[in-house]
Amino acid sequence: MRKTVLASIGVAGAVVTLAWWMSAPLTGQAQGATNPDKAGEKYVAPHTAWGDPDLQGQWNSQTSTPLERPQSGTLAGKDTLSEEEAEGLESANIARADGPPPAGDPGTYNSFWFDRGKGLSRTSLITDPPDGRVPAYTPEAEQRLAAARAERATRGPADSYADLPIWPRCITRGWNGIGSNYSSNTQIFQSPGYVVILQELIHESRIIPLDKRDGLPARVQQWLGVSRGRWDGDTLVVETRNFDPRASYRGSSPELLLVERFTRVSPDAIDYQFTMHDPKTYVKDWTVARPMRRETGKITIFEYACHEGNYAMEGILAGARLEDKEAAAKR
Amino acid sequence: MSQWLKGLLVGGVVAALVTLVAAGEWQGASRSSPPIARMADGKPNLNGIWAANNAANWDIQTHKARQGPVIALGAAFSVPGGMGVVEGNEIPYKPEAVAQRDANGKDWMTKDPEVKCYLPGVPRATYMPYPFQIVQSTEPNDILLSYEFASASRIIHMSTNQESPTDTWMGWSNGRWDGDTLVVDVKNFVDQTWFDRAGNYHSDALHVVERYTPLTPDVIQYEATIEDPNVFTRPWKMSMPLYRRVEKSAQLMEYKCVEFAEELMYGHLSKQPKQ
Repeated sequence: MRKTVLASIGVAGAVVTLAWWMSAPLTGQAQGATNPDKAGEKYVAPHTAWGDPDLQGQWNSQTSTPLERPQSGTLAGKDTLSEEEAEGLESANIARADGPPPAGDPGTYNSFWFDRGKGLSRTSLITDPPDGRVPAYTPEAEQRLAAARAERATRGPADSYADLPIWPRCITRGWNGIGSNYSSNTQIFQSPGYVVILQELIHESRIIPLDKRDGLPARVQQWLGVSRGRWDGDTLVVETRNFDPRASYRGSSPELLLVERFTRVSPDAIDYQFTMHDPKTYVKDWTVARPMRRETGKITIFEYACHEGNYAMEGILAGARLEDKEAAAKR
Repeated sequence: MSQWLKGLLVGGVVAALVTLVAAGEWQGASRSSPPIARMADGKPNLNGIWAANNAANWDIQTHKARQGPVIALGAAFSVPGGMGVVEGNEIPYKPEAVAQRDANGKDWMTKDPEVKCYLPGVPRATYMPYPFQIVQSTEPNDILLSYEFASASRIIHMSTNQESPTDTWMGWSNGRWDGDTLVVDVKNFVDQTWFDRAGNYHSDALHVVERYTPLTPDVIQYEATIEDPNVFTRPWKMSMPLYRRVEKSAQLMEYKCVEFAEELMYGHLSKQPKQ
């Protein structure tokens, strides 16, 4: 219930708060597997009984570090943060989240309600290109996205359920690399021939066969695409194609090839990176590093039943119809 | 009788006997099941994609075929008959609960949570007409059940049997091995899932104990004991075989049915409702 409300708020984009919270300097850029817990020592990942590198367990990739490096302010042009900078930003952001909203704004949840996770020592999750920004769109993508915006502008914000983003519709939050304002929890399961990434949001199992089977015909598009995996040494490489166009992330096209790499770098950390290869959309590939930390203690993955309690959907649509009526009365 | 003929006769009898014995052995071999697959830790290997292939999602009790609810779909979506999966074919409802079940069944199109793409609960997820995948590692790792319908899933907690902090649609599953049987204790359910399209239901006091017993490499015998003192006078049991999808290309496809239920649920709130 609370999470359903949070979901709709998150989608509405009402809150884009960046709490910078300095933590262990997990850079997520490990070349090979360098153990961050024991500098200089090569970490050897454990293997399953059938010989695959063992990624099993519960992991969390929540982080307050933004996808892109800010273009203005104190962080512009920097790729890493000092501890003082991080602490200053964190307290400024908490103060902003906990302060009263501007006049006319009903406000939203304070810092207590969100789980923004720890900040990294980087200023952006994007590690390549080096400026920490999503590369420019190709002319073709500019055109495609402009046409989509123009088409969307022919309707109001909530003329129908289909006008709302896929988050408040409780359809999917996309693959685990995208992250969320809370509950970026995953549990990795393995069996001979498979790796399965269970995402708490929204109870998704990404089932990744490792038997080198063929992909599916291009016309068979799915919200989470079609994934095929392989081992590159001790790194799990997952290639995903066949994305439903409605699952576009950062303007990506259905021809996106998503390449993800999972590498155990210590008992409690996976270096997780993904590369967006979509030459129809971006002038060059871009790569995100989003470290996964082991969930210890009693924390576990919980059922995230989003659609089953989606009162926000009826509220948003009924509110929009009320506004239609009021607007008609004024005319 | 010549020696030659005697020899031929004796030889024929011996040959026939050998053939009979061989046939008997062969039949004996076919009667005893091939050995089940096992993991490196010696536990049965239940990994794979499975499906019930029965009509229990229509009605867990024995029922005859009948006209479907959508006239336009004619024979394509009418109700197939089916043998029941309930032991003794009787569900021990309390007298007052029977009326609720009957009302559910009468109005299932508007009341059945399946129609709205809600998480289907347990044991129903097992015998819906969609496959599911068991993802099993060696101990002490948890086991995942991933269902095609609604991208539903549940973790069978093997190493850390915990209590659920709250009630859920798919319940909270703690597992253990009893010989070659995986026993899963499932509780902490909401009261909003059903057993079938016939309106068989339960309360939030539902407690399910499932038993997954491999019979052959490609068949699991599934058994679920249902307990709910609010609705039933005694525990009762259902059982059915689950069959492996043996084709190499088998994979769960996305069935994110929320988008198939939105017009039904929210269409009336659209600016221009469809006719």
